[in-house]
Amino acid sequence: MNISYVHGLIGGALIGAAAVILFWFNGRIMGVSGITSRLLTKPNQDYWWRAAFILGLVLGGFIYQMNSTVVVVINASGWVLILAGLLVGFGTVMGNGCTSGHGICGMARLSKRSIVATIVFMMVGILTVLIKRMAGV
Amino acid sequence: MMIFMAFISGLMMSMGLILSGMINPQKVIGFLDLFGHFDPTLAFVMVGALSVAFIGYHWIGRLSKPVLCEGFDLPKKNKIDMPLITGAAIFGIGWGLAGFCPGPAIVGLGLGFPKAVIFVLAMLAGMFLARMIVK
Repeated sequence: MNISYVHGLIGGALIGAAAVILFWFNGRIMGVSGITSRLLTKPNQDYWWRAAFILGLVLGGFIYQMNSTVVVVINASGWVLILAGLLVGFGTVMGNGCTSGHGICGMARLSKRSIVATIVFMMVGILTVLIKRMAGV
Repeated sequence: MMIFMAFISGLMMSMGLILSGMINPQKVIGFLDLFGHFDPTLAFVMVGALSVAFIGYHWIGRLSKPVLCEGFDLPKKNKIDMPLITGAAIFGIGWGLAGFCPGPAIVGLGLGFPKAVIFVLAMLAGMFLARMIVK
């Protein structure tokens, strides 16, 4: 088996374990879009654990980068990134979740809404990449 | 203590996203490129994450309350409605365009990817807009 598939499985298990920890200790669903977008609203008692979760995400990347250098080539241009970011932000708030909240947590809870949302964003994502390929961008 | 455990959870997710290669948008686009250079890695990530989360949630579901607070906070909606479908579709377009979803993009900030900074700023603007319009 390709080594990147093994890394995918182990990395995925770590992501699953992160979701289990947040639910087991804090009783909360690990949805990155929901946690992030609620940081844009008036602070309530949930504000600080949300901020701490996001800090963990950022710091994880920072700590990793101190000991190694991940070089990633991102093909999308600045304008495409801006458009994509706007769509991802808007869509995840409107649809109440993203890859982590719907795709992992919701699917693991067998939530009907999350299963439908995951099928929709995966199919639309596949279609978008196909259209990009046909348009030659 | 809830703040500390949320931090640990974020740190673990960050490591999982880095190890699995999902912080690389080209790998995500490769998974969505079903009719081109298909890269199945994301499917392995989903299998790993879902197996652990499924077993974990099932086991936690038998507890009367979380370790650190009084109750579980679960989404109350259970109907499949238009905002869910439309929102997921809009998200899918953005995801396919750049190969970034919220988690990996935020980890990308810590990894020092300049393009992740652009994406996350636009994403925050999109979230803000949606909160004004649809919420």
